[in-house]
Amino acid sequence: MGAAVFAFYLFALSTITGGLFTVLSRNPVHSVLWLILSFLSSAGLFILLGAEFVAMLMIIVYVGAVAVLFLFVVMMLDVDFASLKAEMAKYLPLGLLIVIVLLMELAMGLAVWVPSDGAKMVLGAPIPSDTHNTAALGLLIYDQYFLLFQLAGLILLVAMIGAIVLTLRHRKDVKRQDILTQIYRDPDEAISLKDVKPGQGL
Amino acid sequence: MTEIFSQLIAKVEIVTADLIASNFGLALILIGQGLLMAVFLLLSAYFLIYADRKIWAAVQLRRGPNVVGAFGLLQSGADMLKLVFKEIVVPAGSDKFVFFLAPVVSFVMAILAWAVIPLNDGWQLSNLNVAILYVFAISSLEVYGVIMGGWASNSKYPFLGSLRSAAQMISYEVSIGLVIIGVIISTGSMNFGAIVAAQDTEYGILGWYWLPHLPMLFLFFISALAETNRPPFDLPEAESELVAGFQVEYSSTPFLLFMAGELIAVFLMCALTSLLFFGGWLSPIPGLPDGVFWMLLKMGFFFFIFAMIKAITPRYRYDQLMRLGWKVFLPFSLVWVVFVAFAAKFEFFGSFYARYLVGG
Repeated sequence: MGAAVFAFYLFALSTITGGLFTVLSRNPVHSVLWLILSFLSSAGLFILLGAEFVAMLMIIVYVGAVAVLFLFVVMMLDVDFASLKAEMAKYLPLGLLIVIVLLMELAMGLAVWVPSDGAKMVLGAPIPSDTHNTAALGLLIYDQYFLLFQLAGLILLVAMIGAIVLTLRHRKDVKRQDILTQIYRDPDEAISLKDVKPGQGL
Repeated sequence: MTEIFSQLIAKVEIVTADLIASNFGLALILIGQGLLMAVFLLLSAYFLIYADRKIWAAVQLRRGPNVVGAFGLLQSGADMLKLVFKEIVVPAGSDKFVFFLAPVVSFVMAILAWAVIPLNDGWQLSNLNVAILYVFAISSLEVYGVIMGGWASNSKYPFLGSLRSAAQMISYEVSIGLVIIGVIISTGSMNFGAIVAAQDTEYGILGWYWLPHLPMLFLFFISALAETNRPPFDLPEAESELVAGFQVEYSSTPFLLFMAGELIAVFLMCALTSLLFFGGWLSPIPGLPDGVFWMLLKMGFFFFIFAMIKAITPRYRYDQLMRLGWKVFLPFSLVWVVFVAFAAKFEFFGSFYARYLVGG
């Protein structure tokens, strides 16, 4: 067994283990930590595929930012998980139904899966060693699919602005901090020194 | 007699050549290189603590460590031994596994980033073509040590400290990332060797990236201070507000791991500053030879600045810290990325911003 095969099984196994324990853990914080293990292992799988740029993005975006926010929220939640678990029997049939539907969809999809002629050829071809996949991705995204990429970005921007507009409310009745006035406050105007003679007071 | 001896040597040579060529030999060499790097880092951490305390003391007109060993040189070793032999206290109700995982993550992530940092041309463990993204990814994982430590301690102050640090480190990562993008645009590569080679012009110190990217140098350095939780941005452990922040419940070796991890992360930021903006191992004066000592000199200099900032600045207030990160640094670095993109594309001042045009 070569090092690459060993690494593949290691990463694959830990991805699946991470996913499994994300669902099974009793503590939500542990769930997020298992999820992070899953993300990291899938980044490892990307590296084995020769997609080091995607792997690094996976770590930076998912592990470095998204999972931190998950952890942030989950740590501050005060949810009584015992009572949630108690209702599990009620939702079990529905859950099982969804599982069956998903499995059937997968089976139907896999049964009629015919790889295209081009795909077989590409699978056999080695990764070209003269182009880095960062440059290749850049050429694809910013030249060939420029418009689609920008539109996708625009959709995300609209979603972000929408979320902000929906949740933003200006309360007039609270005292707000204006940091610039604090920074530009002149000590000479704010403080006055009085030379008090002993025994006289102000 | 000499014949047998020479035959023996020839045989040993063949065996070593075979060993080096085999996978096992390759693994041994990699492990050896890794150990060498780890030893270098731990030794630097040892002397950096000493230097940090000495500089701090000098600013405050104190003597600093001067009792243990000549000039107090063994003080860090004594402190380390003291910490190692203390009792490990585990707070009641803490999450034991996560509690001990946190310092290990913090330390391992700090060391791991050094796998791609070159100290000289080719002196690195792994020559990745996405090296700078790798460093960015690993340093974004360092926040987990702090968050997990604060949460697992099952106590208010560590938890507040860890929440602060999560917000702080994520905010400043954004601006660090944008600064790095500017450098990548100028270079046309994410490899550290290429980034340093792009700064290798005939003008010596004037050819380095600090000149074209001057505002970003300051932005990067200040963000590095915030990213590594160094003063004046050491709010996760602000002792006047949170006792010691996320480290309150830690003692003994776990605390040592946190401390060493933080210091090595600071040293990493020194290395990054010298690689990205100050030409790495290139010599500042044309004609003088390049070499590893320039790199070490630059890293030492930036650590000196880190230590001076710690000594002379008061701690930032938390809301001002967040304002600086999101409302000042983020827009400024974003505008700068756009500017660099235009400057490189339309070749302002020749190849001043577009080093990929002139090779390197």
